[in-house]
Amino acid sequence: MKAAVITFPGSNCDRDLADAFAKAGAEVVRVWHKDTALPAGVDVIGVPGGFSYGDYLRCGAIASRSPIGQAVAEFAAKGGYVLGICNGFQVLTEMGLLPGALMRNASLKFVCRPVTLKVATEDSAFTAGYGREAEIVVPVAHHDGNYTIDAEGLKALLAEDRVAFRYTENPNGSVDDIAGVLSANRRVLGMMPHPERVVEGVQGGADGAALFRALSGVLATA
Amino acid sequence: MKARVHVMLKDGVLDPQGEAVRHALGHLGFAGVGGVRMGKVIELDLTATDAAAAEAEVKAMCEKLLANTVIEKYTIEIA
Repeated sequence: MKAAVITFPGSNCDRDLADAFAKAGAEVVRVWHKDTALPAGVDVIGVPGGFSYGDYLRCGAIASRSPIGQAVAEFAAKGGYVLGICNGFQVLTEMGLLPGALMRNASLKFVCRPVTLKVATEDSAFTAGYGREAEIVVPVAHHDGNYTIDAEGLKALLAEDRVAFRYTENPNGSVDDIAGVLSANRRVLGMMPHPERVVEGVQGGADGAALFRALSGVLATA
Repeated sequence: MKARVHVMLKDGVLDPQGEAVRHALGHLGFAGVGGVRMGKVIELDLTATDAAAAEAEVKAMCEKLLANTVIEKYTIEIA
């Protein structure tokens, strides 16, 4: 598996994400926001958390229109795998790769703590390593994680089994407790919690490791 | 010429910040506030001299960047 991790000005989870991919056996290449093309042979793109472009205008809005943003959109359109975490999830919704939008938390407060997630579907390369309805503990750290989608869009997500994770206790007001969603082809995942921050025990938990291992398993032969 | 873009959350999209301001106004004794909606005003200095062309260009800017039309609506004033 060859993983590309993008760094925007203001990204701050890019090294953790690169490290999580590497621990799962990936060859990792780092990509800068001004790059216009991805390195050859990339299997998966990681769009990291942080505050890309200072969260100016809207979280993820400027990053989604950056030079590398176009390359990410083309990669996804060709069936490439993309994982967007936290600000990366915001970037992917702004790009239109995932439906809905992430608004200010209902509490208006920045939430930064471990939360329990329920794995809502095993049917994706990202979630195949978790048992059905498994509960995992993963930290969140965001101000704008309140997932919003219109009634019709939500109906489609549910009908197509595209909710990847749900909060057991909703920390931000998200519709239907949604913490992460998949694209129609199930190869793009956006999630607000940070699995890359829990890939080995020294970080206080390792529940995120299975996500990267499962992805690595699927892409090892790709 | 100049353009002014107002970006607001669409009707029906809950505005947590507007709600917080509404509550704060209530605490200050302003009892007559039924609702608060917050948005953005974006002012643009344009080199265009034709109002119709300027409006078309600003509309494209709104669709591509200035508003997220999943949750936001916008209006354009050209002056």
